[in-house]
Amino acid sequence: MPKNSDIARKLEEVGIEIDGEVDSAQENSTPKNKGGKRTATEKRGKVAASEDGEDEDEDDEPPRGRRAANRRKVAQNETLEEDSDDDIPPRRCAGNRRRGKPGGSAAESGGGGKPNKRNKRGGKKQKEDKVKGKQDEKSKNSRYAGKEPSTELLFYTAVAKQFLRFSTKVDVSPLCLNSVTIDHHICLLAPSRGTVHHSFILHPSIPYPSEDSKSERGGEEEESMSEGERAQLMEEVEEKKKLIANIRNKPWRMKRRLKHLKEAQLFVDKFEGALGKGKGRKLYAYKVMMMKKWIKFQRDFENFKTACIPWERKIKEVESHFGSSVASYFIFLRWMYGMNLVLFSLTFGLVVIPELLMGLPYGSIPRKTVPRAEQATAMDYSVLTDFNGYCKYSALFYGYYNNQRTVGFLKFRLPLSYLMVGIGTFGYSLMVVIRTQSGLPMSLRTQSTLADRMAKNADVGGGDGEDNEFTFAWKMFTSWDYLIGNAETADNKYASITTSFKESIVDEQENQKDENVHLRRFLRVLANLLITCTLGGSGYLIYFVVKRSQEFANMDNLSWYEKNELEIIMSLLGLVGPMLFETIAELEDYHPRIALKWQLGRIFALFLGNLYTFLLALFDEVNAKLEEEKSIKNASIWFMQEYHANYTANHPNDIGTPPPIDPSDVIRGPCWETTVGIEFVKLTISDIQVTYLTILIGDFLRALIVRFLNYCWCWDLEAGWPSYGEFDISGNVLGLVFNQGMIWMGAFYAPGLVGINVLRLLTSMYYQCWAVMACNVPHERVFKASKSNNFYMGLLLLILFLSLLPVVYTIMSLPPSFDCGPFSGKERMFDVITETIDLDLPAFMGTLFSYAANPGLIIPAILLMVLAIYYLNAVSEGYKNANMELKKKMQMARDEEKNRRNNKDSTNQVLKDLEDLLPNRSNLPRPGEQEEKPEERKAPKVKPGAAGKGINVQKDVSLALANPNTRGLMTQAPGPKPVGRLPGNAGPGHKGAAPPPSH
Amino acid sequence: MGNKQTIFTPQQLDAYQYCTYFTRKEILRLFHRYRDLAPHLVPLDYTDQPDVRVPYEFIGSMPELKDNPFKQRIAEVFSEDGEGNMTLDDFLDMFSVLSEMAPRDLKAYYAFKIYDFNDDDFICKSDLEKTLNKLTRNELSKAEVDLVCKKVLNEADMDNNGRLSLEDFQNMIAKAPEFL
Repeated sequence: MPKNSDIARKLEEVGIEIDGEVDSAQENSTPKNKGGKRTATEKRGKVAASEDGEDEDEDDEPPRGRRAANRRKVAQNETLEEDSDDDIPPRRCAGNRRRGKPGGSAAESGGGGKPNKRNKRGGKKQKEDKVKGKQDEKSKNSRYAGKEPSTELLFYTAVAKQFLRFSTKVDVSPLCLNSVTIDHHICLLAPSRGTVHHSFILHPSIPYPSEDSKSERGGEEEESMSEGERAQLMEEVEEKKKLIANIRNKPWRMKRRLKHLKEAQLFVDKFEGALGKGKGRKLYAYKVMMMKKWIKFQRDFENFKTACIPWERKIKEVESHFGSSVASYFIFLRWMYGMNLVLFSLTFGLVVIPELLMGLPYGSIPRKTVPRAEQATAMDYSVLTDFNGYCKYSALFYGYYNNQRTVGFLKFRLPLSYLMVGIGTFGYSLMVVIRTQSGLPMSLRTQSTLADRMAKNADVGGGDGEDNEFTFAWKMFTSWDYLIGNAETADNKYASITTSFKESIVDEQENQKDENVHLRRFLRVLANLLITCTLGGSGYLIYFVVKRSQEFANMDNLSWYEKNELEIIMSLLGLVGPMLFETIAELEDYHPRIALKWQLGRIFALFLGNLYTFLLALFDEVNAKLEEEKSIKNASIWFMQEYHANYTANHPNDIGTPPPIDPSDVIRGPCWETTVGIEFVKLTISDIQVTYLTILIGDFLRALIVRFLNYCWCWDLEAGWPSYGEFDISGNVLGLVFNQGMIWMGAFYAPGLVGINVLRLLTSMYYQCWAVMACNVPHERVFKASKSNNFYMGLLLLILFLSLLPVVYTIMSLPPSFDCGPFSGKERMFDVITETIDLDLPAFMGTLFSYAANPGLIIPAILLMVLAIYYLNAVSEGYKNANMELKKKMQMARDEEKNRRNNKDSTNQVLKDLEDLLPNRSNLPRPGEQEEKPEERKAPKVKPGAAGKGINVQKDVSLALANPNTRGLMTQAPGPKPVGRLPGNAGPGHKGAAPPPSH
Repeated sequence: MGNKQTIFTPQQLDAYQYCTYFTRKEILRLFHRYRDLAPHLVPLDYTDQPDVRVPYEFIGSMPELKDNPFKQRIAEVFSEDGEGNMTLDDFLDMFSVLSEMAPRDLKAYYAFKIYDFNDDDFICKSDLEKTLNKLTRNELSKAEVDLVCKKVLNEADMDNNGRLSLEDFQNMIAKAPEFL
């Protein structure tokens, strides 16, 4: 076993001082047997170190004395220098010189009060430095290059342990020892690898010694550290920290990464404490420790957060079966769920619960009581499913809330809070959607920076233009979906890749073979015409149905269909419309991807048209209700006046008792807000029902039939028609988006709607996951999610804006009902805010607000914003143009480059000039050079033979003589500092053995 | 979860967390996955870093890789011995790089290595052909393969030396919208 002897030799090389450690180093190489012993020694070291760490001045004499004796025994020839240690100044000067510092400031340190022995030890260590210094100067560049041999590590650990045991440094915290114990594992690992490169062993020029030597200096001359040095050390520490943070990004093998990590951690642990000075140091060490704790906490928190992301495994399972595109739907669903949870907690925490807990109880006032006429049927199931009866007069809807300014002993301003929550819902959604739009819903899981995302999106934006640049290359390298883990999906993927390749090949070969453009154009126009007709028709149908339902509302004994006509029609349109569009789209003969976009756009238009027609019709209804309300209001006011007149006539003394009417008998207005809320809730519920039923029938039943009737059927049901269903991603996403739009619109008038939606999303997560796994088959054309996510978020944003409009319109311009809801009795809903300002805030705030609301201020502000938008737009336009220009230039340059390579004579002067001007062009070849450089750098390091020998020689000489030349050699040791302080050694002849043999 | 402590020391877990994109729970889960591949080979105690390699036959049969046309290459690239036999470190490494947290650059680097079948640090024509045949299960004719390879080289080869260097590849990949 050559390794042991190697280690021994190395230890000799390093300095006899380690002799006491040789045994433990040997333990390293045979770790399995003696691991326990080793840890014991280490523990000893730990104790000593921590003692040292606690109080600096305490000198643990016994072990040190023994060491010193040992040392003396073995290293007789060093006595000369040890004696000379007592006069400090020259040494210090040397040390400082070594570091390339002016020597003056450093001389005051350690020598004065401290025992001599320490200095002696220091001297020896410095000697060791020298040896290593020599090695260092050769290895400065090779710090991160290549594989370090495992023995190096052994050696290092030995030295490090040594250091720990002796060190008088304060900063040797337990954490530091931790990392040493980690090192221990690595050491254990090392021998088992079995491959030791002799060349490396002979050439101990890897960074460790230099770090070690530095560390000793850090320990010993800590006070003498000057500003510059500290800065440098700090820099290095920072560098190491950066390395630790980024180590996972390095394309290294795990083992190497682990090793570098250990190294860096050890280094950081050692030096962080040394960076402080005097009293500040303890604080610094404390800070460092807190930092570590903080990092640990952050990591734990990160762990916790990942653990909190629900359904991760479910989604992954779906992903592996159906590709990432289907999974993207579920991720979107989960994201929606998260957002709705926040909305839900807002609404329930600030509106519903306070009203329920602290507001007047049910039955106390008319708006919280079922009217007498409805009481008989109020608990009927059919009534409840229509959200009439008790449902209508519950906290689910706007009408239930009282207009008391404050509720409960907390003086909670409920009406204000209601309005604020309504606004906050939109504000929060807007924020989240916009943020996510630039970050994709994936941002829940990925941790790439926002800038990265933005850049990516920008790429996507420009992607269409460049589509033809890398068609084949992309197809070749990125078409495989690495997430596929299902044989069937994989088969489909193979098929689709092959098809796509064939398609592109055909495209390439034919390259714009335009047959009968006119027919195609005609067909496309026709298709669009048809679709427009369909859209218009569906819009009219809805309008018609809403009108009819208003008529129905005044009639009695309606059938079930007549009651639910509106919802049924809307759901049916949502079902039939897309299919119709798909059929019509066949006419157009677009590329499937473009076709998908058209399809999505059309479905979107259909849904949107339906929604808005519905809204318009609803507004008609609201206006009618407002009229009706006016008359009722007059009637009730008249009634009150009558009553009061009577009352005061009968009882002239007390005025103001409310009429002794049961709250359920009071004449009340239609409360249009609740009506609107009910409409939205009904729509949502029917949407849920239709979705779930479609899944149950369209997917589950179909799958059952196909599966089990297949045994006794004339043709193969599984292979032919009807087969199993595919998961309709775009339809599902759009459904989700529209559902969310309805929630946003309805949430203001029906606070309970958000709760319903949360339930819906929760159940549909499980339900759809189950359905997709149980009864769907992977897409025939498996395509990747890619950027469609962004598209969905765009739709969501659009819907958000569109649903914002009607709500804001109603808040700002319609008068609230006089006898229901939190804003009853006010002119407009936002009067709550003015009221609060007037009554609750100090007077000057009121004037402040009135100034702020002055048109003279608002109009300039709006103008300013418009200007800013215009300006930013122009700037972005400019950037885009510049970008395009640059791209064009690059393309040109590339072409030119190719041409020139193909025939070297062709030199278009203009293009050549252009090329020179282009920065990108000149940058291009550089990476290649850089690629080669490391190899070049590596090369000399890997041939160590001569250098290794040289070191041996050097060692002998330097141990024997404390001559100035060896010190001079060390001027180069600590890294990339300027050399040349000693003119005699400044030459290139430094390398290796040249100077020492001259003595 | 009593045995959690005995598989790795906290320091090991910590280091693995630094070196991969995983949380400790995921690392443990991955370890169990690893162990389940060959329970008779992999010990339950990793505190002393046993030198265990799971042979390629087991690695390749994982559901994640089973249907991947490049499974052999992936295993080869990530394994230390270059033959697909993986240690736990290699295994973690592979999953770390393939995880969604890994940055594009890193993925591009490994993707390049994966597509570089003959390990000459360039993707040359033969590599492209192999890739294509694996992707399409040899369903394209020779002429078609030739055409596609030529197109790919034409598109992505910036320095026109007839093969793709790492820079070419990264440059191309960086613009790809679908590269995951």
